[in-house]
Amino acid sequence: MRKHSLILYLLLPFSAFAQEDLMKLASDSNEVFVRTATFKATRIINGHSVETVGKNNMDFIISHRFDRINRGFEEFFGLDAATNRLGLEYGLNDRFMIGLGRSSFQKTFDYFAKYKLLRQATGATSMPVSVTLFGGYAIRTQKTTPQLSGYDRSSYTAQFLIARKFSEAFSLQLSPTLIHRNRADIFTDNKTVIATGIGGRMKLTKRTSLNGEYNYVLPNQIDDNYKNNLSFSFDLETGGHVFQLLFTNSFGMTERQFITETDGSWGSGDIHFGFNISRTFSFEKKSSTKP
Amino acid sequence: MKQFLILAAFILTFNFALAQNKLYSSNKTEFSFFSKAPLEDIEAKNTRANSIINLSNRELVVRIPVSQFQFKNKLMQQHFNENYMESEKYPYSTFKGKIIEDLDLSKPGVYSVNASGILNIHGVDQERKLSGKITVSEKTLLLETAFDVMLIDHKIEIPKLVFKKIAEKIEVKANITYTPYQK
Repeated sequence: MRKHSLILYLLLPFSAFAQEDLMKLASDSNEVFVRTATFKATRIINGHSVETVGKNNMDFIISHRFDRINRGFEEFFGLDAATNRLGLEYGLNDRFMIGLGRSSFQKTFDYFAKYKLLRQATGATSMPVSVTLFGGYAIRTQKTTPQLSGYDRSSYTAQFLIARKFSEAFSLQLSPTLIHRNRADIFTDNKTVIATGIGGRMKLTKRTSLNGEYNYVLPNQIDDNYKNNLSFSFDLETGGHVFQLLFTNSFGMTERQFITETDGSWGSGDIHFGFNISRTFSFEKKSSTKP
Repeated sequence: MKQFLILAAFILTFNFALAQNKLYSSNKTEFSFFSKAPLEDIEAKNTRANSIINLSNRELVVRIPVSQFQFKNKLMQQHFNENYMESEKYPYSTFKGKIIEDLDLSKPGVYSVNASGILNIHGVDQERKLSGKITVSEKTLLLETAFDVMLIDHKIEIPKLVFKKIAEKIEVKANITYTPYQK
């Protein structure tokens, strides 16, 4: 046996320069592969995903949530009434983005920033997950009696978005969340609410996927009439557009609304049909000259 | 035992022959491609490719990490990797070939060369003959080449919706500087 292994050993350098092995010499041990496109859009459904808008790109997002499906035929299964949110998001660089939005529900304005702290990668440096930090501020502007101060109408959200793209098709995200409301609608509710979101996507084809998202509010913080937010969507991506057709039990689209103030229950059919449409515009200079 | 010794001697001779292999490896590469379509011009650059050339038998290999193509527009880059090149499934584009002309590339000079071999893009092999120019100087070798890639040849599908934004034929350019290979 020894003899044979000696032959093999001697043979090694002999075969070392077949083309296949030239190819091995051409491999780079310093290569790092960053896993991109964990999610197609900056939202899983209602909540933010780890994705940020690319540098000098602007996303315009139009979102609709129709009324509850169980309104019946009279209200055309909720389609007669709707809330919307118009949003603009801009990438300052490939890791940092800012955004703002205006929802018709409670006439809410929201402002946020997102920063990609870690990016999932393999190769010379490996990182098992992507981590994005999210911070947001929202204010209701709908008139109420008695009129509340701006301070009382404000809320703040902080999130750690932790995601892993397990395979080309499957990604999963955990989103520990802290929401602070200066004044809760129900007096006995905690002002600061701790929750955690879990969301995932399963790609059906290169351009379509099924997404699911659940936001779990830790017990004994908010009134029992509030439900946890659960949503499902079908995503379709075409060039610069991402269409998300979705079903959710919440009417609002800002974190305070869908995490801490969802009153619909899937069990009783309080399901809202809705969609998010995002369109990306690039402000990079067109390069008409060849390099 | 005798047979073994003969074999060993035989192999050793080959190893000696091998010592005369003159390997050059890339220390600087720049690949770029250009897509010219009615609605949009797209270009991207990649400086992370590697190449080895064996001057004694004029064989050469090139290995390009697809996901390292840098686009100005990051959304395009994402679509390039996700939708067209499927770069997680097919992380490298490669060329394995041999320079046809019987040239002594250790002598300084400028040579126009043709290389025939297999171009693999998107996991699909294509028999290709690529032409270029090699400039040999004292310590370095510069290879310049330009060629076209037909997307259909490599089963890269373009949806009808973006047909006017992406060319069917992509122009590829490469500049590779080689220096003697060191382990």
